[in-house]
Amino acid sequence: MKDTDIKRLLYTNLLCVFSIFLSFFIPSFFLDNFSILETHLTWLCTCSALVTGVNLLLYLVVKPNVPSRRSSLSHKVTRVLKCCMYFLMSCVFLHIIFVLYGAPLIELVLETFLFAVILSTFTTVPCLCLLGPNLKAWLRVFSRNGVTSIWENSLQITTISSFIGAWLGAFPIPLDWERPWQVWPISCTLGATFGYVAGLVSSPLWIYWNRKQLTYKNN
Amino acid sequence: IFLFSTRMQKVPVLLFLAWVCFLFYAGIALFTSGFLLTRLELTNQSSCQELPGPGSLPGGSQGKPGACWMPSRFSRLVLVLIDALRFDFAQPQRSHVPGEPPASVPFLGKLGSLQRILEIQPHHARLYRSQVDPPTTTMQRLKALTTGSLPTFIDAGSNFASHAIVEDNLIKQLTNAGRRIVFMGDDTWKDLFPGAFSQAFFFSSFNVRDLHTVDNGILEHLYPTMDSGSWDVLIAHFLGVDHCGHKHGPHHPEMAKKLSQMDQVIQGLLERLENDTLLVVAGDHGMTVNGDHGGDSELEVSAALFLYSRTALFPSAPPEEPEVIPQVSLVPTLALLLGLPIPFGNIGEVMAELFSGGGDSHPHASALAQASALHINAQQVFRFLHTYSAATQDLQVQELHQLQKLFSKASASYQQLLQQPQEAEASSLKTLTAELQQFLRGARALCIQSWARFSLVRMAGGAALLAAACFLCLLASQLAVSPGFLFRPLLLIPVAWGLTGAILYAGLLLTTGSKVDSVVLGAVAAAGSLLPFLWKVWVSWGSHRPLAPLLPVPTPVLLLLLLRVATFFSDSFVVAEARAAPFLLGSLILFLVAHLHWEGQLLPPKLLTLSRPASSAPTGPPRHSGTYALRLGMGLLLCTRLAGLFHRCPEETPACHSSPWLGPLASVVGGRAKNLWYGACVGALVALLVVVRLWLRRYGNLKSPEPSVLFVRWGLPLMALGTAAYWALASGADDAPPRLRALVAGASAVLPRAVVGLAASGLALLLWRPVTVLVKAGAGASRTRAILTPFSGPPTSQADLDYVVPQIYRHMQEEFQGRLERTRAQGPVTVAAYQLGSVYSAAMVTALILLAFPLLLLHAERVSLVFLLLFLQSFLLLHLLAAGTSVTTAGPFTVLWQAVSAWALLATQTFYSTGHQPVFSAIHWQAAFVGFPEGHGSSTWLPALLVGANTFASHILFAVGCPLLLLWPFLCESQGPRKRQQLPGSEAEARVRPEEEREEPLMEMRLRDAPHHFNAALLQLGLKYLFVLGVQILACALAASILRRHLMVWKVFAPKFIFEAVGFIVSSVGLLLGIALVMRVDGAVSSWFRRLVLAQQR
Ligand SMILES: [Zn+2]
Ligand SMILES: [Zn+2]
Repeated sequence: MKDTDIKRLLYTNLLCVFSIFLSFFIPSFFLDNFSILETHLTWLCTCSALVTGVNLLLYLVVKPNVPSRRSSLSHKVTRVLKCCMYFLMSCVFLHIIFVLYGAPLIELVLETFLFAVILSTFTTVPCLCLLGPNLKAWLRVFSRNGVTSIWENSLQITTISSFIGAWLGAFPIPLDWERPWQVWPISCTLGATFGYVAGLVSSPLWIYWNRKQLTYKNN
Repeated sequence: IFLFSTRMQKVPVLLFLAWVCFLFYAGIALFTSGFLLTRLELTNQSSCQELPGPGSLPGGSQGKPGACWMPSRFSRLVLVLIDALRFDFAQPQRSHVPGEPPASVPFLGKLGSLQRILEIQPHHARLYRSQVDPPTTTMQRLKALTTGSLPTFIDAGSNFASHAIVEDNLIKQLTNAGRRIVFMGDDTWKDLFPGAFSQAFFFSSFNVRDLHTVDNGILEHLYPTMDSGSWDVLIAHFLGVDHCGHKHGPHHPEMAKKLSQMDQVIQGLLERLENDTLLVVAGDHGMTVNGDHGGDSELEVSAALFLYSRTALFPSAPPEEPEVIPQVSLVPTLALLLGLPIPFGNIGEVMAELFSGGGDSHPHASALAQASALHINAQQVFRFLHTYSAATQDLQVQELHQLQKLFSKASASYQQLLQQPQEAEASSLKTLTAELQQFLRGARALCIQSWARFSLVRMAGGAALLAAACFLCLLASQLAVSPGFLFRPLLLIPVAWGLTGAILYAGLLLTTGSKVDSVVLGAVAAAGSLLPFLWKVWVSWGSHRPLAPLLPVPTPVLLLLLLRVATFFSDSFVVAEARAAPFLLGSLILFLVAHLHWEGQLLPPKLLTLSRPASSAPTGPPRHSGTYALRLGMGLLLCTRLAGLFHRCPEETPACHSSPWLGPLASVVGGRAKNLWYGACVGALVALLVVVRLWLRRYGNLKSPEPSVLFVRWGLPLMALGTAAYWALASGADDAPPRLRALVAGASAVLPRAVVGLAASGLALLLWRPVTVLVKAGAGASRTRAILTPFSGPPTSQADLDYVVPQIYRHMQEEFQGRLERTRAQGPVTVAAYQLGSVYSAAMVTALILLAFPLLLLHAERVSLVFLLLFLQSFLLLHLLAAGTSVTTAGPFTVLWQAVSAWALLATQTFYSTGHQPVFSAIHWQAAFVGFPEGHGSSTWLPALLVGANTFASHILFAVGCPLLLLWPFLCESQGPRKRQQLPGSEAEARVRPEEEREEPLMEMRLRDAPHHFNAALLQLGLKYLFVLGVQILACALAASILRRHLMVWKVFAPKFIFEAVGFIVSSVGLLLGIALVMRVDGAVSSWFRRLVLAQQR
């Protein structure tokens, strides 16, 4: 593992953070009264689209994973289709989990689903970019001693921190502060975003601090 | 020697747990005694002859008959108390506001006669909004309405145990003055004022579902009594409005009917009223939007108060918006109006405008009359303050001193005014009135503040004791499984120390002549035994080894526990706990699944198994497929969410809608819906039965000829049948034809008792013969002898039996195997051979289902679905936890923190999903009528027991079932390897493969193989569960003490603490019983083995 790798990871991660910052400002150019809290759904869509776009771009430019040997067109098409299906499935799965955790079943369906979409964007999309639609590899990455590169390590950290952020975001909801961001699901989406950003920023640093102890099988 | 030695192992475990429980109890008691408000009840009486202060009676009326501190204005009084008459129920409706839609709320504007009188005779009638002091329970209000004082918080829960009022009160003054009091209505008055009434018609107040019995009973006697004229004071306490609120809520059409009926009553009284009679219509408290009361929300503390007389009372017309007065103001006012001395302990302020002498008197004279009434009142309050502060040190000295100065100043200027009544100016009269009122209000505020003052020393001591007990649990639970740790010598010395300390303390107190406080005595004993224990542990361990390994490392599970404890410090989270507990439970469940995967304890799902290298470790927990754990987790989440559909909203969240499913079936409108629900409830009952039977059959315990198994086979369906029949009667009792009413009433009394009797006999059978194994000793002996002959010596020696018992077990397994081989040709293989391996959990499960039925009966019918979910949830959770627990061969066995935390969370979640809330107004009082439709007479412990069992049902079930956490991983041992076999090969192959190839799963017999470790594990389990519960009660105590000036302390934190404390006591008792049951089974298994061995030796 070289320091240049870590540097590259840092820059790509910072680019992702930048895309989230962009999502705060871009819609206000097109919409008159855009604010994150009041037109929250718009922001969710923008943020999700931007993060997905930046992730895809980074994937195409940086190519952190080993290129697949078979590269016929049909294989690529099925791969893309599979990725889309995985993304959709993860959205539905997360939606179900939210409802099981106590989210309203009938009211606010769109809000809940968009929360699932943005959490999928922070977790599933990077997984799909890095590992492809390969559930086995996913399970490997998310188990003890399962990561094989700094990219996977970063993925592990950002995904877990996104989930923890979303989970912590649920805690202010019952408080009687009567703030606009306590409305479902704003605090959770914001929590997930903060978690994602924190993961993005901290993972290169963490890897840098622990670079002596980290030994990957393939590197 | 064998039995003796094992018993000696078990008894210290139970004793140790009991001792730890005692430490917690002592801490709770000490904290409670410092936290819950107390007030000294003075027994002094006011009397006519003795004025409250220096000076002469106004108007020179001393010595005249019928006159007292002031001449009486009215000789007779009609007091109509309409329970829970909220202010807006009586509020006049200005219906003629243009543009506003007419109010459609059922309770508005139904008391039309009040409105009419207020408009026609403005100088004769007045409506007030009376401000009620919490707690707003009827008994506290009645005490306040007669004594004029401030009942304290601790009375709030004791609605069952009414006691006669010892303080001076209006009723006592009336009887002393020889007035004839006729009472009709709520029988709470009978307990409060025994023998005070010249004539009384009491009706039971307990059955809150009955709207009409009390009111109709009063109406039967009210007008005849009134016309007979043989009374001076007539009190009628109507309960219909309150009961209607409890049953239907204020927004129900029934409330309109009830209020209209009350309107007619008032109308009838107005017509019959004479000139010398004062009519008072009052509500004792209000009600919330749900129709409950007990707390201090705005709707609960505003009651209506209406005064009327046929002679003019008031100098001016009523103000536009009715005046707000404290409820206790009624007491001195009525006393002076009726010519009685004001009760000694009154802190109310007289309603001065009633003493102005009607509409036509001179303004100066009327102001003077008002001032003299206020002065008498102030003298009385001053005398009370003086006496009270001499008796206790409750009141704050500085403020008392200021009040004293204020009073003497006002008193002096009053005397001055009396000297020159003609020269007194209107302005000086006004200042005097203002000063007197300021004194009275200041005194009231001082009393409220002082009686809400806490004993900080006791609170801190109690909290410290609780914290130390928690620390002890933590320490001892780690010590319990460390090798060579003996609790018996460690326990004996501290207990001796504690006893010595307590005796010394008591002796010291007795020699100095002061009173022995049992709470402090208990705390001294607890601290005296706790400290030597910690010291001994420190000496035996810490002096040469670091103490750190004794404490558990902070795992995510413990962090979650910490987070949960932290939520007790926020009133929002306490209110929202019904939703927060399932959330945390779900988090823990998903964390467990993810953790299993993270640690590689799961096999990858089937669709991914193709290329996984076979690197499975030989030891360690059984490995399951990933989808298995995920399925368990999702099933658990689903069950939790479904149980969350049964929720009762706290009062603080008006936007929330309570689940209608928590109500009784009788309230369901529509025959079809009722029948469907009834079917669902019976279905849940049958499902519960089938689940338990299937479980017992799966482990083969249903085959045993033991009486307890026979009871499960036949008695349980009978209990279900009885429950179903009772539900049918209870939900359709109103529709029954009149000639069957008596039969229905009889049956609804007999059926629940029969079910409880059956459950009790089942439990007794279980305790008598807890071993549910099919083997007949004779049949087993014939073949076992061949194997056992190498052993020599008496069969009672410990080592021999330790060696023999697994042999017998394995041999029996083989024999069953032989039998299975024979039956295999005929049909599918059953797993009947495992029954000895599940002997402990079979007894536990049987006990739990037997306990569940009576508890189920105490709840509303549809809660049976929650009970079904509860069993499913705990089944899934146990499986999930077992998947992460490793089964070691010969101990030490440990119970993981996540298991205990999840179990406690599940108990909390069930508490809420069975329709409970930690507030007094949400207690299900109707549980007291299950099996006793006519009420209980004077007995109080039985209804308290029933209501308590209803409230703490989930605490009981989960605490008793706690040992399952230890047993279940062993039970699941039979699954793990078999699954592993099935995965690579085809299922058919696994079935055909002879099972002798691998070692037989010993399951729970592993525990028997290492009895010392078994007992240590039970001790550890108990300590860990006590720790989890203890940390909760500690957090509640700390929250209540730190936030004692918080706005929500009496509404949220104090009730939460009380519920948590009682829940802890119930849970700890249940835990001890559950562990004792496991030990009883163990003892029975031992003697069973011994009999087997003896039979062979013969
Ligand atoms: Zn009441
Ligand atoms: Zn009531």
